[in-house]
Amino acid sequence: MRRLTLLAATLAALGANLAHADINVGVSLSATGPAASLGIPEKNTFALLPTTIAGQKVNYIVLDDATDPTAATKNVKKLTSENKVDVIVGSTTTPNSLAMADVAAETETPMISMAGSAIVVEPMDAKRYWVFKTPQNDAHMATAIVEHMTTHGVKTVAFIGFADAYGEGWWKEFAKIAEARKLKIVASERYQRNDTSVTGQALKILAAKPDAVLVGAAGTPAVLPQKTLKEKGYKGLVYQTHGVANQDFLRVGGKDVEGAYLPVGPVVVANQLPNDNPVKKAALEYVKKYEAAHGAGSVSAFGAHAWDASILLQHAVPLALKKGQPGTKEFRKALRDALEGTTNVVGSHGIYNMTPQDHMGFDQRARVMVRIENGTWKLQK
Amino acid sequence: MDLQILLLLGQDGLTNGAIYALLALALVLVFAVTRVIFIPQGEFVAYGALTLAALQAGKVPATIWLAVALGAVVFVIDAAIALRARAWRRLPGLAALTLGVPLAVAALIHGLDAATLALPLQILLALAVVAPLGPLIYRLAFQPLASAPVLVLLIVSVATHMTLMGLGLVFFGAEGFRTPAFSDGSLELGPATLQYQSLWIVGVSLVLIVALYLFFGRTLTGKALRATAMNRTGARLMGISTTLAGKLSFFVAALMGAFSGVLVSPVTTLYYDSGFLIGLKGFVGAIIGGLISYPVAALGAVLVGLLESFSSFYASSFKEVIVFTLIIPVLLWRSLTTRHVEEEE
Repeated sequence: MRRLTLLAATLAALGANLAHADINVGVSLSATGPAASLGIPEKNTFALLPTTIAGQKVNYIVLDDATDPTAATKNVKKLTSENKVDVIVGSTTTPNSLAMADVAAETETPMISMAGSAIVVEPMDAKRYWVFKTPQNDAHMATAIVEHMTTHGVKTVAFIGFADAYGEGWWKEFAKIAEARKLKIVASERYQRNDTSVTGQALKILAAKPDAVLVGAAGTPAVLPQKTLKEKGYKGLVYQTHGVANQDFLRVGGKDVEGAYLPVGPVVVANQLPNDNPVKKAALEYVKKYEAAHGAGSVSAFGAHAWDASILLQHAVPLALKKGQPGTKEFRKALRDALEGTTNVVGSHGIYNMTPQDHMGFDQRARVMVRIENGTWKLQK
Repeated sequence: MDLQILLLLGQDGLTNGAIYALLALALVLVFAVTRVIFIPQGEFVAYGALTLAALQAGKVPATIWLAVALGAVVFVIDAAIALRARAWRRLPGLAALTLGVPLAVAALIHGLDAATLALPLQILLALAVVAPLGPLIYRLAFQPLASAPVLVLLIVSVATHMTLMGLGLVFFGAEGFRTPAFSDGSLELGPATLQYQSLWIVGVSLVLIVALYLFFGRTLTGKALRATAMNRTGARLMGISTTLAGKLSFFVAALMGAFSGVLVSPVTTLYYDSGFLIGLKGFVGAIIGGLISYPVAALGAVLVGLLESFSSFYASSFKEVIVFTLIIPVLLWRSLTTRHVEEEE
């Protein structure tokens, strides 16, 4: 009888363990609202991710935050309290990610953001202890632009960007780096995403006669400044940011954006990478998976950030499983430590080497310069 | 600043101002006839442009299904009312207007290969899709409240705006579209370079304004609309249907909004939510005209366009602030100079 009870108890304990063995990944992203063109490919990517890691089943619980920080916070609260997730992925934008980081730190849940700005993981503090991110920092990309400018004999440069956090973020990073590299900034203009005309700004830039213009804008609204400059007879170089790297930009821009230079993650031009590029294999794998599901040419840099979050997890989860069971506080802590210890993990955008101070982990291998030629991105040597 | 910059900024301001003027006129018309401050005016701009873009891409614009659906709902409601009144004879006409028109346009889109049509025909088709939305929206949202206070009408107007904008996202997606110019290239005129599209915008706006002037001055329907605007009760006593006047004013407003969208979409990229801001700038123009005077509203809208253009040159980060601040001195001046008349309800 006693033996039977023991057996039953063991079985029950096992059963309980099995029931809680699933790893729950809570995702909040911006599939609607102003950042929808970034959030939709991310959402599509979650459907392509592996459903088991190290033999454990993985559940992805994907919620939409409509590009609204309040909704993002609500999503994370729900994910951590009701779904008891082991890790949070998201959100698409910087403001949303910052709002979510508070809840992540409070509930001691590791979080992997897919937002661009460095402030999501810098400066390191008690809150950002729990936060990691997959995309390149703006500073990373701004350095690439300034480097390209200086090697192409640019002495004077003008900036035109969004009159919001995106434009201001770029302006700050760019102005800092440009000054350090002795580039002279001759004009700095702002416009709204919804503006129907930027003639005034373009004329001011033309009057300043810059060698190059940087458009600090994201998505299809970034077409307007370049189009207007061209129309008014500007002949110098035009640089865009990596925020425009999707097919819609090329579709709306057409002839007007030909010749623009921009830094992108290597995944955007995976096919054109030289064979000895360490990122090529991982990048191509993602491109093939995504295009098999959504059609040729559908892949964008943004979905790849979600893919990279999953790659980080695939390396961290096996280590964390040694220290605790999914669903427990120990597991979440071990997962965070494992993420921080990420070394030489190859993602589709670059190679991750995290440290306690650097929760993004990319180096210069995570960016390449491309030029828009005949309606496609052309890798520059 | 040299002469060339001055000319270019002026040209840009006039082009935008012409669009704002069309919207300002539509807003004044709608307000005068129905007392509705028509916030969704801008949505017609976006719908017009995006419907045209969808037609050109060889897709069936989802706006036509909205027109068909609204038409069906209006038919059911009005048919029920007619049946209760035993007015059988009203039914065929009702069916032709509410069901027939949207379905006929839908059939046209399906039957014709819209992507290969000439541009003017595509534009006509896009207008035929969007313009019927005006009277249908009036029938559903505003006609039952025709005698409600202005504030209630404003609240309904905001709700309509939100609904149409949300539907716009569903219909067209988050990304923007641009349509090809009516005619490419530009004209050298002394020191100035005139874009053909700008000439089109200003020219067509002028033609429309003159057409409106003739419509109100010379036609019986136009005079009936003016009579309704001046005195609703008086107009009813004279046998003018205020309901019909309301529908007609919304039709003209939707038509002008959609046409503005078609005009402006080659110049800039339009999104599902672009219309709101464009409409608001037209609204500033309409406010300058006190929501009552057509010529002052049109001039005010042109002023808004010029102000916008020049402030984007001098202080681009403060452009919107400058444009919308214009409304404060205008309101101050209007409230000091005009005698306030309580609305008789």
